[in-house]
Amino acid sequence: METPEGLSVRVLWAIGVIYALLIAASLIVAIMKRRGPSEATNELSRRVTSWWFMITIFTIAIVTNRIVSTVFLGLMAFLAFKEYLSLIPTRRIDRLIVLFAYLAIPVQFIFAHQDRYGLFLTFIPVWMFLFFPIAMTLAGKTEGFLRAVGTLSWGMMITVFALSHTAMLLGASDKAGPAGGAGLLLFLVALTQLNDVAQFTWGKLFGKRKITPTVSPNKTWEGFLGGLASTAIVAALAGPFLTPLALPWAMLAGAIIAVSGFFGDVTISAFKRDLGVKDSGGLIPGHGGILDRVDSLIYAAPVFYHAMHFFVFSGRIS
Amino acid sequence: MSRYLRIVFFAIIVRPVLLIVLGMNVRGREHLPKTGPAIIVANHNSHLDTLTLLALFPLADLPRLRPVAAADYFLTNKLLAWFALNIIGILPLERGGVKKNPLADLEAALDRGEILILFPEGSRGEPEQRADFKRGVAFLARARPQTPVHPVFIHGLGKALPKGSAILVPFNCDVIAGAPFQWQGKAPEFMKALETQMTMLAGQGQFQPWD
Repeated sequence: METPEGLSVRVLWAIGVIYALLIAASLIVAIMKRRGPSEATNELSRRVTSWWFMITIFTIAIVTNRIVSTVFLGLMAFLAFKEYLSLIPTRRIDRLIVLFAYLAIPVQFIFAHQDRYGLFLTFIPVWMFLFFPIAMTLAGKTEGFLRAVGTLSWGMMITVFALSHTAMLLGASDKAGPAGGAGLLLFLVALTQLNDVAQFTWGKLFGKRKITPTVSPNKTWEGFLGGLASTAIVAALAGPFLTPLALPWAMLAGAIIAVSGFFGDVTISAFKRDLGVKDSGGLIPGHGGILDRVDSLIYAAPVFYHAMHFFVFSGRIS
Repeated sequence: MSRYLRIVFFAIIVRPVLLIVLGMNVRGREHLPKTGPAIIVANHNSHLDTLTLLALFPLADLPRLRPVAAADYFLTNKLLAWFALNIIGILPLERGGVKKNPLADLEAALDRGEILILFPEGSRGEPEQRADFKRGVAFLARARPQTPVHPVFIHGLGKALPKGSAILVPFNCDVIAGAPFQWQGKAPEFMKALETQMTMLAGQGQFQPWD
């Protein structure tokens, strides 16, 4: 059954479940706050409030229509890239090249929207990758060249290219399964975020052995494994409903999302630690900046998309 | 009429641009003045500085906010003068000792309960590099010793729109507001306190070089 815009009612049901979880989380935090108000519970409460906003914006973006969804995802990539560029050292002479880098965002998302797999895959990793160094060379300043070209290319890859895979999922129309491309996107994003919350919660409750002591000292093996198990179980339940994956494959997809999400999280932590900042920005109260929120997705989106592309969209697994 | 134009301009152009294209990380918002009279003192890197500072306040406060700007720069061209006076709401300052008391208009504005925005570096200068503050702000503080002086440090707008460029490149900016202080009796001490405050505020951020 489909709604007039081609959006599966399964997506709406899944969103309903997410809101039910959100209400439960709000109640739990409200009770915690009444029992023992502290800075920690206030912080938690700010986070949950921000979740209400983020989930509502995301819901509107994916239920309206595919163009709105893609524009929203492009805006997310833009904000992440802007945050990245604002944190790193840049050169004055590269201002125009940075502007061209921004202009590559709509192009990349148009390729995703039109489902042009070849252009989507080559535009940033080949064309922009070759454009930045020659543009900087012709600008003529060699001092700081390697740092400038390296940081700009890396930032474009981890923010714009990686996150644009979310938009690419929307184009997997006939192979996307019972809930369409929007179902796949919801599966990926909801599980990535759930994994973050589950890792955090398991880590707070049982965390002992540090997993990345020099990069992100709050991350523990207990949190990581608890998150992995929780995400795999939820994926096993949600997968057959939202994706073309049967239960065991859905569970594996959940595990892949959990592990790659963890990698994204600690990679952005290493980046922030190198620059000496705690949060990447102040856009989302209780969470930090947009990079702090989409860090897991930076790894999870390309890994999930390409796994789906290779095994599922191609028909190798059905 | 222009009063409404001003509110519309800020509500539908300035704020959305600052929110999406630029993005602000504001620290110490609680230190900003809630009522006038007050003097806001900020460093100056870009034309966007004024718009950003104005956007930190509720729209209803707009009529009371008066950025102080050089008459010789903003009032020479007719169109620019109309925009500066009516939409931005500047209080023009004559540079170069034309009047007997060049601060008379500023003092009058403070007496009306307005909030003045001052850039004591004089001009925007080299982006993302602080120049020495000029002493006019000390004379204004001496003339109205009860008025609180609010130091605000701004970073990043010089990257987005530096002097000499007409192309805006998106960058997030940081705005760090510090606790207000008052005139303490001597101009050199006042200037020193101001410089110390600004250096301290700048030190709260982790800013990478821009060269």
